[in-house]
Amino acid sequence: MSIEQNPLTFANGADSAPAAADELLNRPPTPGQRVHSVLHRQPALSPAIVLILACVAFGLLNSRFYRLENLSLVAQQVAVVGSLAAGQTLVILTAGIDLSIGAVMVLSSLVMSKLVFDQGVPGVFALLIGAAIAILAQAVNGLLVTRIKLPPFIVTLGTLSIFTAATLIYAKGQTITLQPGAFLLWSGNVVSIGSLHLTNGVLMMIGLYLVLGFALRYTAWGRHLYAVGDDAEASRLAGISVNRVLLSAYMVAGIAIAVAAWILVGRVGGGDPNSGLNANLESITAVVIGGTSLFGGRGVVLGSLIGAFIVQVFDNGLALAGFDPNYQVLAVGVLVIAAVSVDQWIRSVKA
Amino acid sequence: MTSPVLEAKGLVKLYGRVVGLDDVDLTLHPGEVLAVIGDNGAGKSTLIKCLSGALIPDKGGILVNGAEVQFKRPQDARDAGIETVYQTLAVAPALDVASNLFLAREIRRKGPLGSVLRMLDIGEMERQATDHIKRLGINTLQNIGQAVETLSGGQRQAVAVARAGAFGGKVVILDEPTAALGVRETGQVLKLVRDLREQGLGVILISHDMPNVFEVADRIQVQRLGRVAGVITPKTHTMEDAVAIMTGARKLVE
Repeated sequence: MSIEQNPLTFANGADSAPAAADELLNRPPTPGQRVHSVLHRQPALSPAIVLILACVAFGLLNSRFYRLENLSLVAQQVAVVGSLAAGQTLVILTAGIDLSIGAVMVLSSLVMSKLVFDQGVPGVFALLIGAAIAILAQAVNGLLVTRIKLPPFIVTLGTLSIFTAATLIYAKGQTITLQPGAFLLWSGNVVSIGSLHLTNGVLMMIGLYLVLGFALRYTAWGRHLYAVGDDAEASRLAGISVNRVLLSAYMVAGIAIAVAAWILVGRVGGGDPNSGLNANLESITAVVIGGTSLFGGRGVVLGSLIGAFIVQVFDNGLALAGFDPNYQVLAVGVLVIAAVSVDQWIRSVKA
Repeated sequence: MTSPVLEAKGLVKLYGRVVGLDDVDLTLHPGEVLAVIGDNGAGKSTLIKCLSGALIPDKGGILVNGAEVQFKRPQDARDAGIETVYQTLAVAPALDVASNLFLAREIRRKGPLGSVLRMLDIGEMERQATDHIKRLGINTLQNIGQAVETLSGGQRQAVAVARAGAFGGKVVILDEPTAALGVRETGQVLKLVRDLREQGLGVILISHDMPNVFEVADRIQVQRLGRVAGVITPKTHTMEDAVAIMTGARKLVE
């Protein structure tokens, strides 16, 4: 067989395939293969289906679920973890994980409210300083991962303790309640659209998702983030500064954390060192349920928003249906296992 | 003959006390396929890494179009028009063909969308990627938006080679491009090598596969124990000669 008779094609070269295989090769894909292919291309699709099914089911169990007041409540409750999950998505896309993300948020929120309460710093400056603390803390995480080459799990396990302790030391056991009308509480102000009562925080979260969704999809930085998470060595050889991309992922996550911190201040009315205790794991849960692969390089930020909503809808819907709250915890556990199983299946691709 | 596009003169590279390269010369002309063969430890990889900027030689010089260059990292060689297709291919499996072709060289939109929002011109990249793939003689490209992991080994290789061909202004280095491939896919890659040569690029092909080397190479540089054992051509020598020179069973007599 000479080479010229066999031009390179992207189609499976049926010319050299055995005739007996042609029938199998040209067979239309089975329903399973079609579903696999669609889910592979649209990682946010399976969580979206779960969310819709859950809403339908809880609506049938208790029609109060569908009331706009109730849905508004769900949205308000999602805002903090949803914003945090946006930042967590960036880190997980690089095949990392951030266990300290909630601790950084609480530290940042406390810095914001304490500066206003203790030092009388104007709200805007307190906000900016609190945001800078969040980005700085994430830079520490990122530098430990890229310079000392420690696994992200270990780095953030350590900084989880460090930032939690720093928060408690800084707070001296105090909970800070800001005066009504304070600038920092703006994030908790209600914006009513008919009988849908959202907060500014919910709108900030949506804005955050739009910006990050755009950056991941339409900028070189976004592509590089996916490529590094997919195969770091290949990305290096292709000319990407892997360390710079990794560090930027942690620091941009710091911006998302700062947004979450501001929303948290608005929700609790100030700074509470004991708030957001479960936020670390809740953000990871939202990202995983949202279809982003823990192995990196696969997923969309929209999925994490859907994931955060799924958790909150289960919480709310099961309570309205009269279930013991413990069933909510159980349901989330099942969802996490199911989501990772689906991810395993989706990642197995055939040429 | 044309003047060389890439030259190496007296390259020496030591790994501690181990001699990787010992006074190695190399000359590559435009529109030429130069194969580099040799047993394990002959210095093939070290030589290629020096030429692609992955290693810095301890002694000796590298010249591109007659001008001396210093490669400190792979990006330097790339900027000089030398592209390398690594054995591992260096493609991101989950990204599509077009994104991989333009990885780390993305094209931005014109105007404020590109300069302020840094928005990528995805349509333009896909159009150019289709052009590059077509130019390499890949006729029936189904979908440039297909993820690389859904392609066969030969097709992935084709993407990596197309990337090198698209951006390698002068030289393309291929490190064991057919080692992991079947007969049909190997044929596809060899055809790509010929296409690159026809475009006037210099191609360096590192391979263990003698029949492939003899099929496609214009000249063959035989490395042995870190030195150049000789430079032969498929016309003047047989595969048996090459193996004999490679293993030291025979000395090359000019």
